[in-house]
Amino acid sequence: MMNWTQIGNIGDIPLRGARCVATPQGRIGVFRTADGKVYAIEDHCPHRGGPLSQGIVHGASVTCPLHNWVISLETGETLGADEGAVRTIPVRMEGEAIFIALETRAEKAA
Amino acid sequence: MKEKLVIIGNGMAPGRMLEHLLEADPERCEVVIFNAEPRVNYDRIMLSPVLSGEKAYEEIIIHGDGWYIDRGIVLYKGHRVVSIDRAGKTVTSDHGVVEAYDRLVIATGSVPFIIPVPGTDLAGVITYRDLDDVQAMLLAAQSREKAVVIGGGLLGLEAAAGLRARGMEVTVLHVMPTLMERQLDPAAGYLLQKAVEARGIEVITRANTRRITGCGRVEGVELDDGRVIPATLVVMAVGIRPNVGLAREAGLTVNRGIVVDDGMRTSDASIMALGECAEVAGDTYGLVAPLYQMARVAAAHLSGDESARFVHSETPTKLKVTGIDLYSLGDFADGDDREEIVLRDATAGVYKRLVLKENRIIGTVLFGETSDGAWFGDLQKKQADISGIRDSLIFGQAYQGGSPADPLAAVAALPDDAEICGCNGVCKGRIVGAIRQKGLTALDDVRAHTKASASCGTCTGLVEQLMSLTLGDGYNPAAIQPICQCTDLGHDDVRRLIRAKGLKTIPAVMQELEWKTSCGCAKCRPALNYYLVCDWPDEYADDYQSRFINERVHANIQKDGTYSVVPRMWGGMTSSKELRAIADVVDKFAIPAVKVTGGQRIDMLGIRKEDLPAVWADLGKAGFVSGQAYAKGLRTVKTCVGSDWCRFGTQDSTGLGIRIEKFMWGSWTPAKVKMAVSGCPRNCAEATCKDVGVVCVDSGYEIHFAGAAGLDIKGTEVLGLVKAEDEALEVIVALTQMYREQGRYLERIYKWARRIGIDEIRRQIVDDRERRRAYFDRFVFSQKFAQVDPWSQRVSGKDKHEFNPLARLELAEAAE
Ligand code: SRM
Ligand SMILES: Cc1cc2nc3c(=O)[nH]c(=O)nc-3n(C[C@H](O)[C@H](O)[C@H](O)COP(=O)(O)OP(=O)(O)OC[C@H]3O[C@@H](n4cnc5c(N)ncnc54)[C@H](O)[C@@H]3O)c2cc1C
Ligand code: SF4
Ligand code: FES
Repeated sequence: MMNWTQIGNIGDIPLRGARCVATPQGRIGVFRTADGKVYAIEDHCPHRGGPLSQGIVHGASVTCPLHNWVISLETGETLGADEGAVRTIPVRMEGEAIFIALETRAEKAA
Repeated sequence: MKEKLVIIGNGMAPGRMLEHLLEADPERCEVVIFNAEPRVNYDRIMLSPVLSGEKAYEEIIIHGDGWYIDRGIVLYKGHRVVSIDRAGKTVTSDHGVVEAYDRLVIATGSVPFIIPVPGTDLAGVITYRDLDDVQAMLLAAQSREKAVVIGGGLLGLEAAAGLRARGMEVTVLHVMPTLMERQLDPAAGYLLQKAVEARGIEVITRANTRRITGCGRVEGVELDDGRVIPATLVVMAVGIRPNVGLAREAGLTVNRGIVVDDGMRTSDASIMALGECAEVAGDTYGLVAPLYQMARVAAAHLSGDESARFVHSETPTKLKVTGIDLYSLGDFADGDDREEIVLRDATAGVYKRLVLKENRIIGTVLFGETSDGAWFGDLQKKQADISGIRDSLIFGQAYQGGSPADPLAAVAALPDDAEICGCNGVCKGRIVGAIRQKGLTALDDVRAHTKASASCGTCTGLVEQLMSLTLGDGYNPAAIQPICQCTDLGHDDVRRLIRAKGLKTIPAVMQELEWKTSCGCAKCRPALNYYLVCDWPDEYADDYQSRFINERVHANIQKDGTYSVVPRMWGGMTSSKELRAIADVVDKFAIPAVKVTGGQRIDMLGIRKEDLPAVWADLGKAGFVSGQAYAKGLRTVKTCVGSDWCRFGTQDSTGLGIRIEKFMWGSWTPAKVKMAVSGCPRNCAEATCKDVGVVCVDSGYEIHFAGAAGLDIKGTEVLGLVKAEDEALEVIVALTQMYREQGRYLERIYKWARRIGIDEIRRQIVDDRERRRAYFDRFVFSQKFAQVDPWSQRVSGKDKHEFNPLARLELAEAAE
């Protein structure tokens, strides 16, 4: 089942920027694009595990800070010639508040 | 249980085989590789461009370390397999590692042939096979002395051209009357010799080596006719022999190569062989195209498809020496049953010859003009009857059907299955398909997606023509390189327009200059941010979201996501107080590593991001500011002890270094800037390989610039000699400002200087006092806004969001 958790407000993330959220299932990067959309993906580059939340955000994608792979925030997939993908995490906005949905442990064990 | 696949040799053939195998069935095998060379899989073909300086080793790596890690493949680098136990199904390496296998693949490549004459064991005699050989040649080339290359074939000529490009005097010795006689007829061989000689390389044909002379080290090469050619380096490139010793000792059937059937199976059902070491139907191969075909067949068999078969095909020979175009395919010996068509243009240095048998092409030799190679090769491969076009055949494809000679028409007329990239077996249809489906517009993208032109590169022209054909006006290779895919403009145009139109924000630049994306990308945004910081120091609000993480958080990101912190130690001077403060910080935050950097200061590595502000707070109390070890800006000013202490010191080099660093720190530049000041020409601060360096002499200060010691190594140029310290500072600052205003983002000073011209820079900075002063003043003005310690800003709360997670979530309650 989905477990929606509030993680903060939109103003906490700079435009074209990102923050990370520490969760029991690993770090999640939460991104805010130039047009104000919010996305959440695993904070772990499919290449060598670089922290994607530290990358440069452009369009609906982020460039990894370690070796410049470009990852789509919408699909979690790499763009360009590199191949790989990260998990995307559902995001819901309620006014200014940002919620993300984490799998519960029960579901994970199933 | 997974099948255990062990591979001996990690060259181009097995590398390609693994790619096919993992694509077909990623889960099938557990893979272990032994490679005698202590490195990953790289493009051996491209060693010649590395030798000549056109490419760096990093650029020719095919599979980096990460590739193996990600796929769970174990690679034993620097392990030579010394025995195969076929009964017990194990192999053993020279370091004693034993691995069991279900299937074994032998891909040991070839060994260079050494001619049996005295002296081949002298120091300075090397072969041309791997990166170690290239490094040995580069080391020898630094002496700028004489090299002799024995062998006038493909490898020998590429080695000769590379060594010549690196400044050596080179002589090529070739035993036959003409060069590359196995691939070229005498006429083309003669033209080739002239082209090689035109690059300043001496060619001696009919040269039979009697012995290599020298005592401990090589001193020369003695020919049969008694001539001695002096040399400090001898490169032996006379041919290769399949590397079969290991297979022979294991009792496999071995002829010239390891005998395999057309499914790459050796005489032992559990063992396959491929690459240059393998012999199929009596043939061994020395070019990658057939080896890649072997790779495809071997991978198919390993993944259970036993129907794949290797078929012999001819591979054209091309020489990878920039500016010499040759193409040869097939059989061009004279014979009664053969006819030939020849075209010569002496002034243009063009020679074309087709050998025909029963109205079909069986041999092609092209020199000087090779663009029709693919077309002739296609006719030859398909054994097409050419009697209908015989009269105009030699003029090439563009002349067929009376159409005007449009170079693109030739490529347009090629059938979809015509092979464009011989090395990788990529045909026209695949390239055009990839360009269309994936929307590719840059050559590098086509390379990444199709592998065409990604190996030896001689088909690059054809690939570019295909791109123009498919993209029309969307592709213009001669145009200025755009900054990135978001714009068609190059760096210089963007800089010019920013000033001319008074653009002062990134959105304004993108709007006015018609950017093609909504908010740029990770290539153009940092560049634009720098240009705006540089041009409008007082007005522009630095956009941190357009800076790379290091410049955003003022520390260097490490591979595990932690950071390193390097405080300034002005001119490399420090004190007990500073050292104690550093020691305390290290203890307090349990910093795992402390290192003295190459820039005369101390690096603390492995700091958690959350701890950065507190670390800086403590360092700040001891008076430290950021060392900007992350910045495209002023990094370090190295100094030596100078006249304060040293018995040779002529001026106060330490003092001048500190003065420069204190004056210039905080400034942003197109790429990093490193400086040094040495107290005398002994140059202990290594000032002559820096972006800017000063060598103090009795009569004043010799100012150097445009050196490099990273990816490239280059000694500095002398800008000029000045008498007083104040003047030295003014010249250095003005030079830096000129570079700040003209450099392209990420272009180091030495590259900028190469583009602008040393004389022009000297004219503006040394000869023109007024202009120098104006540059100096603009720098000083911009420092007013730049010289703010970023650490103390962050300690007092700026960008707080950067350093802490947005939230820390506990385990979800619903789960309990
Ligand atoms: C720490 C240090 C190595 C050391 O332990 O000694 C170092 C460490 C790094 N160097 Fe360096 N370089 C260090 C001195 C050098 C030197 C020697 C020198 O400065 O005298 C060179 C050759 C001189 C030169 O720059 O030409 C050098 C040439 C490079 C290059 C190649 C640059 C080039 O254009 O050729 C890179 C790659 C780049 O900048 O793109 C690089 C990049 C790096 C980076 C920033 C890699 C990265 O992008 O993360 C490393 C950061 C590690 C860290 O977090 O601290 N480092 N690096 C040295 C820091 C000096 C300092 O106090 O600031
Ligand atoms: C300078 C140069 C230029 C070239 N230019 C071209 C070109 O333009 N076009 C073209 O088509 N071809 C070119 N070639 C040839 C091409 O590079 C080779 O045909 C190809 O690399 C052979 O691949 P391979 O996998 O069979 O062997 P290799 O790539 O030679 O790999 C064999 C590997 O096996 C390792 N090995 C050997 N014995 C053992 C052992 N007992 N245990 C463990 N490891 C072992 C070796 O260290 C080596 O790394 C060129 C070659 C050179 C050297
Ligand atoms: S040489 Fe420089 S960039 Fe390379 S690993 Fe060492 S510190 Fe890192
Ligand atoms: S870890 Fe992200 S690109 Fe390498």
